[in-house]
Amino acid sequence: MKQAAFEARYRSTWLAFEKRLNLELAGRNTAANEGDLALGSEVDCSFSEAYRLICNHYALAQQRGYSLSLLDYLNDLSMRGHGVLYRSKTNFRYRLIQFLLFDFPQAVRAEWKLVLSASLLFYLPLFGMVIGIYIFPELAYSVFSPEQISSIEAMYDPGAEHVGRERESETDLAMFGFYIRNNISIGFQTVVTGIIGGLGSLFYLIYNGLSLGTAAGHLIQLGYHRPFIGFVAGHGAFELTAIVFAGAAGLKIGFSLLFPGRLRRINSLTLAVSESVTLIYGIILMLLIAAFVEAFWSSNGSIDYAIKVSVGIGAWCVVLSYFVFLGRRRET
Amino acid sequence: MLDTRHSIETPEGIALQLTVAGPGVRGLAFLVDLLIRGVVQLLLALLFSVLGVAGFGLFTISMFVMEWFYPVLFEVLWNGQTPGKKLMELKVVNDNATPVTWSSSLVRNLFRGVDFLPLFYITGLVSLCVNSQFKRVGDLAAGTLVIYSSPRKSMQFDSDAPARPSPIPLDLQEQQTIVSFSERMPQLSAQRRCELANILQPVIGEKDQQAVDALVEIANGIRGKR
Repeated sequence: MKQAAFEARYRSTWLAFEKRLNLELAGRNTAANEGDLALGSEVDCSFSEAYRLICNHYALAQQRGYSLSLLDYLNDLSMRGHGVLYRSKTNFRYRLIQFLLFDFPQAVRAEWKLVLSASLLFYLPLFGMVIGIYIFPELAYSVFSPEQISSIEAMYDPGAEHVGRERESETDLAMFGFYIRNNISIGFQTVVTGIIGGLGSLFYLIYNGLSLGTAAGHLIQLGYHRPFIGFVAGHGAFELTAIVFAGAAGLKIGFSLLFPGRLRRINSLTLAVSESVTLIYGIILMLLIAAFVEAFWSSNGSIDYAIKVSVGIGAWCVVLSYFVFLGRRRET
Repeated sequence: MLDTRHSIETPEGIALQLTVAGPGVRGLAFLVDLLIRGVVQLLLALLFSVLGVAGFGLFTISMFVMEWFYPVLFEVLWNGQTPGKKLMELKVVNDNATPVTWSSSLVRNLFRGVDFLPLFYITGLVSLCVNSQFKRVGDLAAGTLVIYSSPRKSMQFDSDAPARPSPIPLDLQEQQTIVSFSERMPQLSAQRRCELANILQPVIGEKDQQAVDALVEIANGIRGKR
C-alpha cells in the first residue's frame, strides 16, 4: 500500500485517537469518569485497544519505509498513548495505609542486617563518647571547640530560665521550621551520599553519633543531665531511629555498587534505590514527627522532668514495637 | 555516537523514538527554575516577614519544600515538567518512557545532593557526559530520562498534488531520500533546494527550480498521490 492510500485510510482513526488522548489527559485533572471518555471517542473500543491499533500502524509504517514525517507523527501518537496507558493510578489513602501498616515495618525488617550495622555505627561512638568523657572529661575538647562547648553548656544550664534552646515559647513554630529543614536535609544527605561506596552514610552516622555522645557525655559529667535528658527524651526515639534508617538506606545503596552480585552495577543500583524508597518515605515521616515533638513538646520547660522521661520511654516502646510487630500478617 | 535518538521497545512490540536532552539545555532549564524559585522565595519572605518570628518558621518550611520538593511536585503533577523544563521543551520520563512516578521523581531529585558535589553540579555534569543517555547520578539511580517533549505534530494530509513517475527504478533508501527532501523543503532556502536538486541533474535532466519541482512530483508519486 502506498503511503498516501495508507494515510487516507487511517487518517480518521488517528485524528480520533488524538482527540481521545486529550480527553484522557483532561480526565486525569478533572477526574472525569470513564463514561464521558467513551462518548468522546469515535472509535468504539477501549483505550488500550485504540492504542494498540496506533502501535500497529506505527510498526507497519516503519516496516514499509514510509516517510519521516508520518513516522514522526505516529511515533508521537504512540508516545502519548504509551504515557496515558502506563501512567500510575494510585489511590493515595490506600497507599498511605498500606505503607504505615505493612510496607514500612516490613522494609525495615527486610534490611535488618543493614539497620543493625547502622545502629552499631551510630550508637557505639555515641555511648563510647558518653563513657569516655565520664572517665576522661577533657575528651570533649577533642571533638568540639571550647566555644561550642560553652554554647552547649549555656543551652542546658539548669539555672537558665528556658531549658533546651534559649528562646521564647512563641518561637516554637520558627524552631519547628528550622528542625524540619535542618534534620530532613541531613537525613537526605545521609541517604544519597551513601552512593560513594557507603562512605557518606558512614561519615554521617559516626559523626552524628560522636557529636551527640560528646554533648551528652559532657553535660552528664557536668551534672546537667536532667535538662538534657528531659529535652532529648521526647523526640529521641523518632529522630535517632530515623538517622539510623537513613544510614542503613545509604549503606544499601553504597553496597549495591560495591557488591552488585550477578547484576550489572547500574541495575543493582536502581534495584537498591527502588527498595530503599520505602525507607526514605519513612525517614521523612519520622523526622517530621521528631521535629514536631522537638519544637512543641521537648522545649516546653513547664512540663515536669518525670513526665518527659516517661513519655520518652513510651515513645521508644511505641517505635520499637511498631517495627517489631506491625505488618507480620501478610508477606511482601 | 553523537546521535541523541534513543529507542525504547514497548510491550506492544514497537520501538518508540526519544530524543534525550543534553547538558546545555538542561542547565538552562535549571537556571530558569532557580530564578523562579528565587523570586517565589523573595515574595514569600516579604509575605511572612509580616508575621514576625512565627513567619520565620513558615518561611523555613517553605524554603525546605522549595529546595527538595519543587521539582518533585512539578514533575509528578505537571506531566514531567518543571516550569524551566516546560520552557525548554524538556520532560522527565521513566526509562521505559512511562510518566515519572512519585518515587522515581523523589529519588532523582534527592540525588541532586550528590550531583551538586563538590560544587555547581560538577559530578552531575561528568556523569551526564560519560553515558550515552545523558543521565546524571540522580537519573541513573532513579531510572529516569530527560527527553525533548516535541511540540504536538499536526500532520498535513493533502492528497491532490501533481505526481510523476521516476525516470529510473529507485530502491527503498533512494525513495526515502527523495520523500525526505520534499518534506524538508520548507526548512531549506531556495538556493539550497536548487543546490541539492542539481545533484540529480544527470538523472532528471533538468536544472534549478525545474529540478526541484520534478523531485517534489517524483516524491508525490512515491507516496502514491495523484
